[in-house]
Amino acid sequence: MAGSTPASLSADTIPPPGGIVSRAKPPVSPAREAWRRFRRHRLAVISIVVLLLLVIGIAIGPWLWRTPIDDIDFGAQLAGPSWTHPFGTDDLGQDLLARMIHGGRVSLAVGVAAMLVAVIVGVVIGAIAGMASGWLDALLMWASDLFLSLPQLPLLLLIIYLFRDTLRRLLGTEGGVFVLIVVVIGGLRWMPVARLVRAQFFSLREKEFVEAARALGASRLRLVVRHILPNAMGPVIVAATIEVANAIIAESTLSFLGLGFPPDVPTWGRMLFDAQDYLDIAPHWALFPGAAIFLAVLSINFIGDGLRDALDARRVI
Amino acid sequence: MSGAYLLRRILLAIPAMLGISVILFTVLALAPGDPFGELVSNPNVPASVQAALRAKFGLDDPVWQRYLHWLVAMLHGDWGFSFVSRINVDTLILQRLPVTIAVIGASQVLAIMIAVPVGVLAAARPYSLFDQVANTLAFIGFSLPTFFTGLLMILLFSIRLNWLPFVFRADLPGAGWAWWWGELQQSIMPVAVLGLYQGASLVRFVRSSAMDVIKLDYVTTARSKGIGQRRVLIRHVVRNALIPVVTLVALQMPVVFGGAIITEQIFRVPGIGSLLIASILSNDTPVVMGVTFVFAGLVVLFNLIADILYGWLDPRIAFR
Repeated sequence: MAGSTPASLSADTIPPPGGIVSRAKPPVSPAREAWRRFRRHRLAVISIVVLLLLVIGIAIGPWLWRTPIDDIDFGAQLAGPSWTHPFGTDDLGQDLLARMIHGGRVSLAVGVAAMLVAVIVGVVIGAIAGMASGWLDALLMWASDLFLSLPQLPLLLLIIYLFRDTLRRLLGTEGGVFVLIVVVIGGLRWMPVARLVRAQFFSLREKEFVEAARALGASRLRLVVRHILPNAMGPVIVAATIEVANAIIAESTLSFLGLGFPPDVPTWGRMLFDAQDYLDIAPHWALFPGAAIFLAVLSINFIGDGLRDALDARRVI
Repeated sequence: MSGAYLLRRILLAIPAMLGISVILFTVLALAPGDPFGELVSNPNVPASVQAALRAKFGLDDPVWQRYLHWLVAMLHGDWGFSFVSRINVDTLILQRLPVTIAVIGASQVLAIMIAVPVGVLAAARPYSLFDQVANTLAFIGFSLPTFFTGLLMILLFSIRLNWLPFVFRADLPGAGWAWWWGELQQSIMPVAVLGLYQGASLVRFVRSSAMDVIKLDYVTTARSKGIGQRRVLIRHVVRNALIPVVTLVALQMPVVFGGAIITEQIFRVPGIGSLLIASILSNDTPVVMGVTFVFAGLVVLFNLIADILYGWLDPRIAFR
């Protein structure tokens, strides 16, 4: 490209006075630079610690806290927090800490899996639109506009209402609902990622390094996978983080409306749904899972904000 | 604003509505069983009657024909019959719709009344203490799911303090001032839950939009003429900063409807959101389809209104 030559020419011929000093510094890798930017966002760093604690607690919880989730004890119905039940019990005397650990596994698994579905679909559609341009691009963007104006929660409820029984028969109760919720939440959230990827592709595919690769005879697929996509990932990672938080809220909402996982699978949203009728006598039952959803979502949102500072090159700090 | 712009926008809403109807119908057609034909699968109904019924409802026709029939019926206002309530779906929805619109409308007003001043003030002094506190509170606000805020409010204001009723009553007794007072009391919590959530997500958009405007030359000109900071913000910055926010409010509508369904469910508000949940739980398919379609139609309608407002507020758009 013509525009790039003068800049490199002048940089070579007239060395800036401080150039020698800066060249003596060890080169900073992109990951290191991103971490340096990320660290400045204090709340994001705190959020990483909070989220890690939450994930570790959920991951190793069942080995440390061995009370089974379905151990019914009518002697301790709706009991408040105590040494035997640190988070109290529900209306059947089941231990809430054990159920929270199990529910956290389901909620976070749904969040991550739905994010993966949304990001994969979004990247593929965005990449196709960004490379194709013309009528295919217009069609895909029209479809993404259409999906953006769909009322998500009503549609989610409608699909789950219509397909719940079939999938339950095919994949078993827990597995069927899991697949359904993940696919539907992910399938209704790909549009932001697709638009981001498309916008990135539009600017990246005209860059010199892509042209150089094309001149060297790289195939279209190789251009996309090896050259353009890695450079478009920054904003996608940020969007993916936010998607996890959205998916956790979506799953909790479904469970809270009594239309997510069945009652014997405790998720955080389902626990809130069960607890809402006992708010006056057992507020702890609603407060603990609600606080867990809030903490998880808040920390993921802050991490996303920190990642935006770290990875989005358009933002100057 | 030209009439051509208005017409173009309205015409563009039609394919969107058709696309949504195709998606809804596809979901329905792919669903196992005949959601509209519970009579057909009943073993007590003789085979000949079944065949006649199938023919009458057109269940054996090709898919595109069924779609056209369904679409024509929907356009004629023939939305089916509720299995549970024993009245026409459109009558049922029309009974419930005003409450939902009132709650959503009030909460949007609340959200804008919070988001605009806070966002503009934060943009006026970026990275100040006020900005940081507002930003953190906004993050907390949109990370708190509406169903949890609702339960927290019930716990605090209804159970602990006993100030507000936690069940919304459609048939509130009394008349005159007492009725209005009761209506206000029972609306505070649903509107606040939705409005605070929405306001929190709007604050950041208002802030960044106002930051973009504050940088412009005409704001510097206004300042250099000696106009005070307050007046510059109110008269010069806010008006232009609000233009992108109008679009955002419309784009957020699908999320708002989701929030409205939850709020109506928590506070037992008799709107179309709680109608949707109730009919899903009682397998009332025509109502489920009707309500979903109304939500979709409302989203398209609000997008259209936002487009028209946008063209009116920023005439440069309309000439493109």
